[in-house]
Amino acid sequence: MAFVAVAAKRSSLVRGLKRPSTPYLLLIPGLAWLLLFFIVPIFTLASTSTQTPASSNEIGAYVQTFRFANYIDAFSGAQEQFFRSILYALIATLLALGISYPLAYAIAFRSGKWKNLLLVLVIAPFFTSFLLRTIAWKQILGSEGPVVTVLRSLHILGPQAGLTASAFAVVTGMTYNFLPFMTLPLYASLERIDPRTLEAASDLYANGITTFRKVTFPLSLPGVVAGTLLTFIPAAGDYINSTLLGNPRTKMIGNVIESRFFQIVDYPTAAALSFMLMAAILILVTVYVRRAGTEELV
Amino acid sequence: MVDAAASTKGDLHLTNIVKEFGDFRAVDDLSLVIPEGSFFALLGPSGCGKTTTLRMIAGLEEPTSGKIAIGGTDITYAKPYARPVNTVFQNYALFPHLTIFENVAFGLRRRGVKDIKETVSKVLELVELEHLAQRKPSQLSGGQQQRIAVARAIVNRPALLLLDEPLGALDLKLRRQMQIELKWIQTEVGLTFVHVTHDQEEAMTMANTIAVMNEGRIEQMGSPVELYESPRTVFVANFLGQSNLVKGKIEGSNGNNIQVSVHGNRISVPSARNFAKDNAEKSVLIGIRPEKISIERPEDNSLGGGIITDISFVGVSTQFQIQMPWGQELSVFEQNDGGASHLQKGDTVSLSWKPAFTFALDGTADVDAGTTVNPEEI
Repeated sequence: MAFVAVAAKRSSLVRGLKRPSTPYLLLIPGLAWLLLFFIVPIFTLASTSTQTPASSNEIGAYVQTFRFANYIDAFSGAQEQFFRSILYALIATLLALGISYPLAYAIAFRSGKWKNLLLVLVIAPFFTSFLLRTIAWKQILGSEGPVVTVLRSLHILGPQAGLTASAFAVVTGMTYNFLPFMTLPLYASLERIDPRTLEAASDLYANGITTFRKVTFPLSLPGVVAGTLLTFIPAAGDYINSTLLGNPRTKMIGNVIESRFFQIVDYPTAAALSFMLMAAILILVTVYVRRAGTEELV
Repeated sequence: MVDAAASTKGDLHLTNIVKEFGDFRAVDDLSLVIPEGSFFALLGPSGCGKTTTLRMIAGLEEPTSGKIAIGGTDITYAKPYARPVNTVFQNYALFPHLTIFENVAFGLRRRGVKDIKETVSKVLELVELEHLAQRKPSQLSGGQQQRIAVARAIVNRPALLLLDEPLGALDLKLRRQMQIELKWIQTEVGLTFVHVTHDQEEAMTMANTIAVMNEGRIEQMGSPVELYESPRTVFVANFLGQSNLVKGKIEGSNGNNIQVSVHGNRISVPSARNFAKDNAEKSVLIGIRPEKISIERPEDNSLGGGIITDISFVGVSTQFQIQMPWGQELSVFEQNDGGASHLQKGDTVSLSWKPAFTFALDGTADVDAGTTVNPEEI
């Protein structure tokens, strides 16, 4: 008896010495990554955002002067593109939700043995480049493409009218490109729902629509939140779709940041815009998550 | 469409129900009547069609053919939400996003019932969990979730309450306690309970009437005592408790008894307990429950020359395995009242019992029917 107690004490001592260090050791690579590629750049960006051109007037040379008015200047210069980005991202997110929900629902509940194949098909576009897929939409929506041909023959579009180089094309491209980011989290949360809870709802006098409203949808909310965030956040900062499918009047904040950084070489304005975009997204997301989390679900 | 709220109460009639899944016939021409207010158990091994039958009554499956009616109203093709039937699911299937109160109120809200608060409180009081009303299901123990599942169903006062292996996930001690509680709730609320289970002890403890199912059919239906004392098929004899079944040949009858020759011994069986079908060889299986057999006391029916091969002490009784001269092993349970305590392995003994306890079954049936199934399998 005594021997067992001693042995137990000793082994707990050994474990006590060993245990705490291992998790911290395992954390090091992740923390180092975060520090190097997130924390450091954030500070660099913050510092750049309040700089002013160096007296040498050399292109791309800036000195730190803590000029916070950079933010006001940057915002007043790109206000239009800023709100357009939020609007386009919002529309694309809602469209993606509308398309993805039935798709994810069908895969989760109705696909039977086709489930895995359908999931692969959802991810399949990732095997080709993002750029190529967006350029493909130029063809699809182009004046010789199938969509325009059909719409023209139905006299919905005039003989000269087209779909490319428009806000429509940009939002369509964004919706398409971010669809898998919406579908996969939705599928994951729908798939986790125990079909017996749905049977229980129908057993308790809820018809199909009520079962969806009161049970299926509330239980899939984590997926809806995750999916909309994964779509909205990158969509708000996107500039590829606008560049390839848009026109000068569809420029988004991403386009402005890109041209400030690489063409005008105006680092402080680009940095200030990046920070403001980040802040705007953070505020919107916080409000949204709070609201989704505390919403009365009953 | 049946008005669920009106709860047209009455007997449940299943008429010639067939359910096929592809080539597999899960329920095979099943007909039965469950009287209003009874506690009815569908008992059988896994895959016998009992759960499918329950799901058809709930409306979660549609029968391939046949008719389901409650108190004269045909509900065969009514949607689940349009039936006066509620189910306690095997894993409870509580709504994880709703509080206990809202779980219980779910059916009432869908039907637009007034005084929800009072009705829900009353039923939570009945299951003694009113203090947990604002918790979420995941914060409750298995036994508590089980009681909420019952509360959520009975609060609607259905004409019929279906219980699909409701105690399967609980440990043995809790299961026994819940059996008694469920039975008490049933008498308290006076609803018809249809209970599906593979646990013969559970069925016998709780139900007034048991239907033993096998391969999509009802083997036998009756009270627990009736099924245990007078099983009519080999399956029932083996599935409900244990039976010793020995092959014999009918030699004749005198008045109230038939005479059976069993490996040279003459055994009497009351004619009323002869459930064997006539056949050319006049072969029968004579059956006797292990606790009816006495090793010491002489009785009218007797088989001699058995050798004790195993003795196990189980508290209230001692179980003996006895090898008969023809090689078959029979079981005997002796009360631990001092009578058989001197017996040892290897002793040669005679097995005796009163003819009235004997039953006779179809001699062409498989002796092992109902024994090879694993009762723990769901």
